[in-house]
Amino acid sequence: MHIAEGFLPPAHAIAWGVASAPFVVHGVRSLTREVRENPESTLLLGASGAFTFVLSALKIPSVTGSCSHPTGTGLGAILFRPPIMAVLGTITLLFQALLLAHGGLTTLGANVFSLAVVGPWAGYAVYRLLRRYEVPLMVAVFSGAFVADLSTYCVTSVQLALAFPDPGSGFLGALGKFGSIFAVTQIPLAVSEGLLTVLVMRLLVQSSKGDLTRLGVFLADKRPGTRAETEAVAR
Amino acid sequence: MNKNTKINALLLLVVAALAVLPLALGLGDGEEEPFAGADAQAETAITEIDPDYEPWFSPLYEPPSGEIESALFALQAALGAGVLAYYFGLRRGRRQGEPHASAEQDGGAAEGGAGESAARRS
Repeated sequence: MHIAEGFLPPAHAIAWGVASAPFVVHGVRSLTREVRENPESTLLLGASGAFTFVLSALKIPSVTGSCSHPTGTGLGAILFRPPIMAVLGTITLLFQALLLAHGGLTTLGANVFSLAVVGPWAGYAVYRLLRRYEVPLMVAVFSGAFVADLSTYCVTSVQLALAFPDPGSGFLGALGKFGSIFAVTQIPLAVSEGLLTVLVMRLLVQSSKGDLTRLGVFLADKRPGTRAETEAVAR
Repeated sequence: MNKNTKINALLLLVVAALAVLPLALGLGDGEEEPFAGADAQAETAITEIDPDYEPWFSPLYEPPSGEIESALFALQAALGAGVLAYYFGLRRGRRQGEPHASAEQDGGAAEGGAGESAARRS
């Protein structure tokens, strides 16, 4: 769930826009480079964007008695690194803002920052960290997707708490309030997103070993010895 | 069903259960509007914190009814699902076609070689 149109004061809207813009510009550069250097990536890039499209369209009931939707950004961040997700996430947010009145143009910067910047980076960081300690691929994928999803909504809560601190309890009071609306609702959905991302990754391992090998998904870390392991997996 | 398919089905089942349980357990019963969107709840929270706040911009286009809105959400999901299905279908087709293609190419001469090129190409 994104921050609705007009629900951030102009100064905040502009500030988040300024904060997000470099990530999106950098992402567009990474994306064009990836497509130019590895034209065979285009299909999988499309599939990663499509995954975000599907998941962010599904509003799912949660334990808090309200609904929210996953983000789907973890998969692309793991496969193609976070800068590319900044672009794919922004496209999804634009679609929803323009056609569905979900999110908005004035809050686009803030929503891009949470969904397309912090989410992918946080998920990717957790994924890389776990892989470095030789955690099994699917456990790392689940954790990465879970964190990408949940961190997005933690950022949304912070953004709203900054814009609307509680008159009595201040920023922290408001953070608790928005956190209970967004972040707590999101916990089971983040689990779902983690499981669905694992499912898609399992299908990719079955169907697209070549792509995954090229993208370094099977590399636990860049230590000697892992290369043989990668080749063994690729066969 | 082989083990892979079973695990995949189990993953989907758990996701479905996670979505259905809150409904089945009636976790939305205490709410004014059960299972409303978290974004709508956030709007309410904002007006509670700052009753004077007026949204200063409204969406350029707003779906005229809930039906149209859900149709557009379904369209978004269908687009994504379509592209994903195309991707996996294409990959599967290529993988199935590959043994034939390489068998024709080198007359099934080098088995190991065919396996390697399949791994590199797919």
